[in-house]
Amino acid sequence: MSLKQNLHNLKEKYKGTKMAPAFNAIHTFLYLPNEVTHGGTHVKAADDLKRTMNIVILAMVPCLLFGMFNAGYQHYAAIDSSLRADVLANFFTFDNFWIGIIKVLPLVIVSYGVGLIVEFIFAVIKGHEVEEGYLVTGMLVPLIVPIDTPLWMLAVAVIFGVVIGKEVFGGTGMNILNPALTIRAFLFFAYPTWMSGDKVWVYDAVNRTGTPDAISGETILGSYAQNQEVVYSTFDKFMGFIPGSVGETSTFLILIGAAILIFTKIGSWRIILSAFVGAAVMGIIFNQVVAADIITESSKFYGLMNTVWWEHLTIGGLAFGAVFMATDPVTGSQTNKGKWIYGFLIGFISIMIRVFNPAYPEGVFLAILLMNVFAPTIDHYVVQGNVQKRLKRAKVKTA
Amino acid sequence: MGLLSKKDTLLLTDPLADNNPITIQVLGICSALAITAELKASIVMAISVMFVLGLGNVVISLMRNIIPSKIRIIVQLIVVATLVIIVDLVLKAFAYELSKTLSVFVGLIITNCIIMGRFEAFALGNGPWRSFLDGIGNAVGYGVILIAVGFFRELLGSGTLLGFKVLGDPIEKTGLYAIGYENNGFMLLSPMALIVVGIIIWIQRTKNTALIEEN
Repeated sequence: MSLKQNLHNLKEKYKGTKMAPAFNAIHTFLYLPNEVTHGGTHVKAADDLKRTMNIVILAMVPCLLFGMFNAGYQHYAAIDSSLRADVLANFFTFDNFWIGIIKVLPLVIVSYGVGLIVEFIFAVIKGHEVEEGYLVTGMLVPLIVPIDTPLWMLAVAVIFGVVIGKEVFGGTGMNILNPALTIRAFLFFAYPTWMSGDKVWVYDAVNRTGTPDAISGETILGSYAQNQEVVYSTFDKFMGFIPGSVGETSTFLILIGAAILIFTKIGSWRIILSAFVGAAVMGIIFNQVVAADIITESSKFYGLMNTVWWEHLTIGGLAFGAVFMATDPVTGSQTNKGKWIYGFLIGFISIMIRVFNPAYPEGVFLAILLMNVFAPTIDHYVVQGNVQKRLKRAKVKTA
Repeated sequence: MGLLSKKDTLLLTDPLADNNPITIQVLGICSALAITAELKASIVMAISVMFVLGLGNVVISLMRNIIPSKIRIIVQLIVVATLVIIVDLVLKAFAYELSKTLSVFVGLIITNCIIMGRFEAFALGNGPWRSFLDGIGNAVGYGVILIAVGFFRELLGSGTLLGFKVLGDPIEKTGLYAIGYENNGFMLLSPMALIVVGIIIWIQRTKNTALIEEN
């Protein structure tokens, strides 16, 4: 008997019992269910929630694979900096990928394993079906943490994020905050030594601290914040051959992901575009502040303020956040005008936090979480504004 | 029948669970957020509030027939303020270090909504003995939550309980720290107190579904 048949039988057997959602979820996840809808007319669409989530995951796969190569590349390049001279020749090697396999895959497995266990437990207790929302969250999480994050920390953070960020509000579709970002924020505030600094971004750098083999890999934002020389070329920054969280370094691959999301109409191009515009505007403002000699080199904000505005777009997690996090349809704005405001403010605030908080030189996740909270308010005023406008028009006509 | 009648017992026990000032009435949240990063501070705060609320309720109850209702809030404030200053001076005299940790929050017991709430809702309409029981009951209900939150925040945030290193030494890497455990810095920040209180509320309402409000 095939696995599909087995699962189907199990489903029938446990129908109506507490464990039913768990078997239903495994069955639907692996196969197309046998059931068809009965009675009445139904709108048929090819993209149900499962398909939607799968496409988002597909859009992230290039970033994941690249991140696995980059994990090894940053490690070896930190030991022997001559490797950086010819990136392309030294990047796609099996040695690099192997480090990706031993370091990145466990992150993915823990993220999915722990998260889905929590989801299954809640589905069984509350008696609803397991929702697909976690499929994307589970993929996002390993991409936005530093490579050396201890697995138990990730597990604790995932439990916190899924329970407090999502399940207490009623599960997928009801959450106020993006669960993946809740997980990242939890890690960030709970274990700051593992989430910032110059040691965590390169594999094995923490273990080697204090030994003759010590290596480090300051992120570019960290270097700028301390007004240091940055060794990476613009090409490196755009393609992502730089230290950073696992999957967010390559702006190029993120843009490919964005293209997939926009083409399939899953991600809102309004949010993505306006987030970049917002970031650019804030960057230009800061550049002008420097140009006008309002602050001098002695200021602690000088390094990041002096960064050319378009460079802000390629470094740090801004692109990843704007494309994969801000576009979350549950936590983002729903109205078109609202999306412009929402995205713009995400970019704007991201760069502001980045510059004014040099101790933690990344603000994208905080900016998106903040705007998640404001998204319903934005929508409310957009809708009210529209209502007012139409009422006014109606009055003019009757008069 | 002993010292307490059935009705009086209810005054003591009701605020512990089904009418808890923090988890049901959602009063006194500010102090629950501010001082619960350490268990010791939580315990001292709980005792201080018990003293102020128990005694204050009795005083207000004794004066309830002579306080003109137009100025009753001012009279209540004077009573609380007097008691709080007593607590503050006692702490400064006998536990100076602790009083520095609690700093402004002892003074802010005056603004703790639970105290004014009990004066208004109970002491103004009941005799001294019952008011005393009500005050103690509410203060204990408040204190229990405070101590529970303080327990988890200190244990997970600093790895200590009342200052004792129960999980091992984070610098020497003994105990749990030897296998890679680390303190959760988020626990020491105020938002986490809110989340811990939220989780307590969640558990309580799951146990007793009658408490869930209708939409």
